[in-house]
Amino acid sequence: MSEYIILSIFLFLGAFIAAAATVTGLLLGYRTKNTKNKMAPYECGMETIGNARIQFKVGYYLFALLFLVFDIEALFLFPVMANFKEIMAGNTPLPPQVVVIDLVIFMAILVSGLAYAWKKGILKWE
Amino acid sequence: MFVPSITHPVGDFIREWVPKLSAYLPEQLQSQTLDSIAAFLINALLCIIAVCAVNIGSAPILIYMERKVCAHVQCRLGPMRLGWHGTLQTIADVIKMLFKEVYSPSGADKLMFYVAPLIVLIAPFIIAALIPFDHNLIVADIDMGIPMIIAVNGFGVLGILLGGWSSNNKYSLLGALRSGAQMISYEISFAMILLFVVMISGSTSLMDIAQAQDGTVLDWFIFKIPVLGFIAFILFFISSTAEMNRAPFDIAEAEQELTGGYHTEYNGTPFAMFYLAEYIALVTNSALAATCFLGGFHAPCIGVAAIDGVLQMVPGVVWLFAKIYFMIWCYMMVRWTFVRPRVDQLMDFEWKFLLPVNLVLLAAGAVWMIFVG
Repeated sequence: MSEYIILSIFLFLGAFIAAAATVTGLLLGYRTKNTKNKMAPYECGMETIGNARIQFKVGYYLFALLFLVFDIEALFLFPVMANFKEIMAGNTPLPPQVVVIDLVIFMAILVSGLAYAWKKGILKWE
Repeated sequence: MFVPSITHPVGDFIREWVPKLSAYLPEQLQSQTLDSIAAFLINALLCIIAVCAVNIGSAPILIYMERKVCAHVQCRLGPMRLGWHGTLQTIADVIKMLFKEVYSPSGADKLMFYVAPLIVLIAPFIIAALIPFDHNLIVADIDMGIPMIIAVNGFGVLGILLGGWSSNNKYSLLGALRSGAQMISYEISFAMILLFVVMISGSTSLMDIAQAQDGTVLDWFIFKIPVLGFIAFILFFISSTAEMNRAPFDIAEAEQELTGGYHTEYNGTPFAMFYLAEYIALVTNSALAATCFLGGFHAPCIGVAAIDGVLQMVPGVVWLFAKIYFMIWCYMMVRWTFVRPRVDQLMDFEWKFLLPVNLVLLAAGAVWMIFVG
């Protein structure tokens, strides 16, 4: 438990250091008048047209969805892989053959998902 | 129950003296819990100081190193004026950075603009706390070390997306989206390689993984499984390079195309925080590579008792840092010698090559474990 408390301290520490640096920058930093040209978003010398929060390609969402699937898959595989030696030595209630077949089925479903996405052209970046 | 997570002479000294000093406190405060809380706080403080020193201290060194490596690859000298061979150059840069004006562009989401560097800096700090530096020297020895690293890595993406979106700049938004897409894509192969490591070592705790590589050089995971271990190491190298958004995979901040990626609009210290996070991530990723493949804090023993005895006299921290700096040097050489791929090539490489290869590698590793290991 104490390990997790230390980790949470580190969580705040990273944020604290960044916040302290930002405040230092705000206090020490050189100041100039906030003119319109200075505050304008950078765009290679041109005047910015419209808002920057434009519509963007749906492809980014599709990659995010695929990422979710595979990341969760990896999380599901962690307990199995961490005990792989034990399972293969037969030290667990499930016999090793059953585990191997389960794993093959699990991976096959995922790989077929990847193959489907590939076939559908989701993985093609335009 | 208090379990000391870091043991060193100073910590032992304080742990011994805090209960004695607390005898002078008022009676109602003299409880066992108070002592343990005090000891815990002091222990935590020591951990924090140590990790901060390693993290923040290594950033200037790495920036100097990067400049020198880059310069010598390109047949230049690099920084030479300030101090001996330009050693004081990065310190001067830090001071310059502190006195730069901090402001957000018009139309920016101010809160999100300033919160983004905070979130980006959290991830490498947590990972640094999980790395075992020596047999007893680890800040937080948790069982879920590897899944924690994957989770925290995913957290850093949020900061980048937030920074790009809040800047009200089209380059920033595009850069952030590309960075996000790239980082989450390569996160998968990153996780898969770590799965391979977990399978060989039989534990998700980083300490156990480092301990499992005790022995000679041939017990390191890069050599333990013939060929497969080396392939896994190369794949880890590629995916962690992409994960850190470093060249040659720095599509998102390609200066020639997108001016600077998600931090185009940042200046002064918030920009420095993105930079710092990048370099701490370089240290932690190298430390992870060293721990998972290069034997962690173990000396490179070769099986000859006389030589091994001498090698083992060197503390583990020194070996770990030697390995970390070797890995950092590799990352830098790759950065300055390889050309940058296009964004579609990058995504194709991950989804159509790296991921299938990873799955095959995992299967091959499982077969090796069943029949040989």
